[in-house]
Amino acid sequence: MEHNHHHTNTEYLLHLADNALVLGHRNSEWCGHGPILEQDIAITNISLDLIGQARNFYQYAAELTGGSCTEDSLAYLRDAGEFRNAVMAELPKGDWAFTTLRQFLSSAFQHLLYTNLAVGQDARLAGIALKSLKEVTYHLRWSSEWVIRLGDGTEESNTRINFALLQLWPYHTEFFTAAAYETGTSNPVSLYGPWLHKVNSVFLEAGLAVPSTVVNRFSGKTGQHTDDLVNLLAEMQVLPRTYPDALW
Amino acid sequence: MDNAEQLFQVRINDEVRIEPKDWMPDAYRKTLVRQISQHAHSEIVGMLPEGAWITRAPSLKRKAILLAKVQDEAGHGLYLYSAAETLGTTRLQMIDDLHSGKAKYSSIFNYPTESWADIGAIGWLVDGAAILNQVMLCRTSYGPYARAMVRICKEESFHQRQGFELLLHLSAGTAEQKSMCQDAINRWWWPSLMMFGPKDSESTNSDQSMKWKIKRKTNDELRQEFVNMCAEQVKVLGMTLPDPDLAWNESAQSYDFGEINWDEFWKVVKGDGPCNKERLETRKQAWEDGEWVREAANAYAGKLASRKDLIPEGPCHPGRISSIQTPVRL
Amino acid sequence: MITIRKYYYGDIPGDSSGEPSAPSGNPLSRNDWPLWEIFIRSKQGLDHKHVGSLHAADAAMAIENARDVYTRRMEGVSIWAVQSVHIVASDPADTQSLYEPATDKIYRHPTFYELPDELGHM
Repeated sequence: MEHNHHHTNTEYLLHLADNALVLGHRNSEWCGHGPILEQDIAITNISLDLIGQARNFYQYAAELTGGSCTEDSLAYLRDAGEFRNAVMAELPKGDWAFTTLRQFLSSAFQHLLYTNLAVGQDARLAGIALKSLKEVTYHLRWSSEWVIRLGDGTEESNTRINFALLQLWPYHTEFFTAAAYETGTSNPVSLYGPWLHKVNSVFLEAGLAVPSTVVNRFSGKTGQHTDDLVNLLAEMQVLPRTYPDALW
Repeated sequence: MDNAEQLFQVRINDEVRIEPKDWMPDAYRKTLVRQISQHAHSEIVGMLPEGAWITRAPSLKRKAILLAKVQDEAGHGLYLYSAAETLGTTRLQMIDDLHSGKAKYSSIFNYPTESWADIGAIGWLVDGAAILNQVMLCRTSYGPYARAMVRICKEESFHQRQGFELLLHLSAGTAEQKSMCQDAINRWWWPSLMMFGPKDSESTNSDQSMKWKIKRKTNDELRQEFVNMCAEQVKVLGMTLPDPDLAWNESAQSYDFGEINWDEFWKVVKGDGPCNKERLETRKQAWEDGEWVREAANAYAGKLASRKDLIPEGPCHPGRISSIQTPVRL
Repeated sequence: MITIRKYYYGDIPGDSSGEPSAPSGNPLSRNDWPLWEIFIRSKQGLDHKHVGSLHAADAAMAIENARDVYTRRMEGVSIWAVQSVHIVASDPADTQSLYEPATDKIYRHPTFYELPDELGHM
């Protein structure tokens, strides 16, 4: 491909992939346990989209790495310290308010990020971003509506989503703190303004207010994760780690 | 039999499908509600044993496949609840009946999934057994049930194929994978045979269901088809079925097979299976945890409806609907 | 009174469900969501066709649920949703008077007319 001379660094690809996989994994924990069948199916669709995105990013990273590296060796044989996802994605799934609000905050960011990547210099990455953008547009719509429903629903739902907001808010700053591998056009700092604008517009309808910012002490993008990720990976990676010679 | 019931039977005999608002005998309606809701509950409870491996699927491809498969089961449950709702019950009522223990679901889902190979065995054997029943039900006499089954059958063949393919990989894998594969087949084979229910000789009244063409084949006929199918397929896997009496019968042109352990069948049906309590508790918990969510969505919908300027009023021609992202006046 | 015992999907002993629901004054009691009928256009150029129903709290959710439930395998390009309570239907008891009068109007059909072969296709 003529325009594909520019390759993104693999650590950045892993960051994108890990974000999608870990969030997809958390959402997949709802499968069979959703609040109603229709929404069980909905959250699983989002989970499938995210795992699909992760696979595309991993496959590209594996090709750039070469050797015996595959999407599965990247997903299943790295330790928590090697994962580059933002910490917000790895927090336990919580209740429906926590899950939908996290999806909203993440999708709002992903939407801006993928919009940029879709017109970036790396044609392969642009292709993945463009395809993913259609999915994220739907995730953003779906999660925005849930944030509004729960914020403007009952007293209980309002209390729950406010509680989720207090828990989640400290982790959003990490989205916009550039890691060493987020250089040039992939630097997320400039996305903060548009992101906050989107968040505020949905919060306005939901009757929610942005809390004062407290910075969390973790930095998932540079490998400093919570024990939640360690536990998540222990579960996710159990088979390939137990049977290293097996193909599935 | 009164006149209406005779006319009803004539329509059944003439292969005329019965539709929701048609007159039907009370017993026909009750039988259908019971059968369709059991089927729906089986799909929903059936999500749990396989769902337990979603977070542990050994590759990203397998994870996506399993997630899509378990999601399909939610869809199948939904189609079936919808079909039952055309008979005058509600999904809420059916779910209440499940949670109170009044309604039952297929016993097969009261067995645990102990290894990854169980996911393959469920796809191949459990879904395989279900498909035989479901293909028959595509021609069932009640229209909405038949239509739901047609949709389900289209999706279900993916389930059986992915299960077999999963086992095929294990059977060609390491020694540990091979033994995992054989072990899963050993544990799921007999419960799968039990899925077809008691022998015809002991299934006293299913002839009424045959007469109404709700069912078109007997338990034993379907079970025999299943054994014949699996006895051949297992050879492709290079595995065996755990039945020393399994043998080709040349004169009958089908496989003979051993006696099912009916004590175990009745034990699991009556609630003493390995996971009966756990499965029902999990379903109840999910439903109770979702109560505030469903309530909030209703409350918000009520607020939307009261904000007259935001919602469409009266009947509107669909041609004029441009988007419903936020309901707008048309 | 016919007693039916079935043993596979519907035939599981000990099941006492299947009785009609107790009449309830409020159909949406205990936070049940309303039922919607879903119509899907499978591709451009074809009519929307009824595919089934689902529950949703509001119109936007009905469309999204239909998307998630009924178009997972590329079954559609457009969705209509209508609350089931808004559907009006003909009564099966009227079948004879509504539809049978059409059966003897065979002159409405092109095959009623015998024309010479040399006319070709018309």
